[in-house]
Amino acid sequence: MSAAPARDYRRFLARSSFIEISARERARAILDDGSFRELLGPFDRLKSPWLPLQGIVAQADDGVVLARGTLDGKPALVAAIESVYQGGSMGEVSGAKIAGALELALRDCEQGRPILPVLLLETGGVRLQEANLGLAVIAEIHAAIVALRRHVPVVGVIAGMVGCFGGMSLAAALCSRLIVTRQARLGMNGPEVIEQEAGIGEIDASDRALIWSLIGGEQRDATGLADDLQEDDAAAIAAAVRAAFAQGLPQQERSAQVELYLKRLAAIDPQQPPDALALRTLWNGAAKA
Amino acid sequence: MSTQANSPGRGLIWLRALTGQDGVIAGAPATVRMAEAALGDAPASFIAVVPDPHNRFPRARNGEVGLEEGWTLAQQVRRIIAADSDSDGARRPIIALVDVSSQAYGRREELLGVHLACAAAADAYASARLAGHAVIALLVGKAMSGAFLAHGYQANRLLALDSPEVMVHAMGKQAAARVTRRSVAELEKLGERIAPMAYNIRAYARLGLLHQLIEGINADAPGPADVQQVRQALLSAIADTRVGPRDLSSRLASPAAHATRGASIEVRRRLAEQWDAA
Repeated sequence: MSAAPARDYRRFLARSSFIEISARERARAILDDGSFRELLGPFDRLKSPWLPLQGIVAQADDGVVLARGTLDGKPALVAAIESVYQGGSMGEVSGAKIAGALELALRDCEQGRPILPVLLLETGGVRLQEANLGLAVIAEIHAAIVALRRHVPVVGVIAGMVGCFGGMSLAAALCSRLIVTRQARLGMNGPEVIEQEAGIGEIDASDRALIWSLIGGEQRDATGLADDLQEDDAAAIAAAVRAAFAQGLPQQERSAQVELYLKRLAAIDPQQPPDALALRTLWNGAAKA
Repeated sequence: MSTQANSPGRGLIWLRALTGQDGVIAGAPATVRMAEAALGDAPASFIAVVPDPHNRFPRARNGEVGLEEGWTLAQQVRRIIAADSDSDGARRPIIALVDVSSQAYGRREELLGVHLACAAAADAYASARLAGHAVIALLVGKAMSGAFLAHGYQANRLLALDSPEVMVHAMGKQAAARVTRRSVAELEKLGERIAPMAYNIRAYARLGLLHQLIEGINADAPGPADVQQVRQALLSAIADTRVGPRDLSSRLASPAAHATRGASIEVRRRLAEQWDAA
């Protein structure tokens, strides 16, 4: 941090928040200026058929924005989850939009027309009102990411504030490269659910500092479970997405680094597990190569 | 939890029934079992996640998929892929025997990336399917949430025993009731009316995701006729994968899928229309 404080202050004022804008604006902010073209937008009125049966008003885009456009002139797809609607949860329609778009991107890649896929993940996971259909479609999203990743990197962004949980945390883990902010959280089980299932002795969900230290974006980046820590700045995140694609396919996807992680786990004593800070030293860097 | 103290659990019951083995893997946690056995006239690999009251990770002692379970599943499946990669196209079927109560809920688990461990298993199964292995999930007990995503949900075909203890869901009943601010009774009532909310396997079958619901099986103590019937179902599912694509599109093809998941089909149809700019 060599910059003078005054300069940092000006930079801080000049930045434009990514976290505070809607999913649609996020997708627009990632893509090249003027290239955003929405697919299955609100006027297509593809809504959840299940929420009205439970007295819940269904939104016309089911909380997922799909956009085609370009990144530095190359064809791209952005799927952005709107966390304000139903906590960004995955229902039949919202999930099918993401899975279906990735499946079409795969088809194009197989036909020699690569498309750069970006997932803006802001989700609690399965929408419990659609339960088994949410779970099923998340499996389809996983399948599509694994298939697509053989052709192009799949880049994920978790910006905050909702974070990325449940079955969609697996989708984040399957991404070739994962960009996070300090306001992001990435975990399989929300702290409240762990406390309910395992008791307050296991975790105190109200201890916010503890939760952030375990699953916050900075920790995930420092332990190699994410690849790039960015400020909450739309321009910086858009640039980071481009940089992630510029690196090409990773030598080995993180979710395929079986021997590395089994070795790491073997070295851990579950009765005396390292704390968050110690884990940074233990795991730092190795997975990022 | 899913398993009574005196029962080995459905995963192990069916691993023994179909392979005659316990499937303990040298150098791996006792919670992941794998055995090779003939299925029809060719070998197949059978994999199960089972309870172990002595598992060194205490949050994964009741059949949950935790850190070591996820990564070990990935390791075993990837070994099968590698072993068959130079065998002139004869790739072994992989049968996931599914009785998993949940992913492991714990502080260590989150810190050490249980989401990545489960993703690693899903990745390995999906990679096996894409490489040309017939991957079949046989639901013999609970197929819950993230644990099912890790162990079974990437299969080419899903089969289930028609038994009251066989169930699929995104979250345990108690927790789902709390999160959606309903009582368990209300949740059960809702499941009768709204198929995706139900827990039992017959309601799940109405969603059109299952290749076959296998009826009339003694799931806890299978006899020779039960085992024979399940083998036939597995062989027929394997044969079905040989004539179809390696993706999951068959899950949208059944009459039940058209009836219950019309929206999933409609989204894809309209998306394809709009994909390329006019």
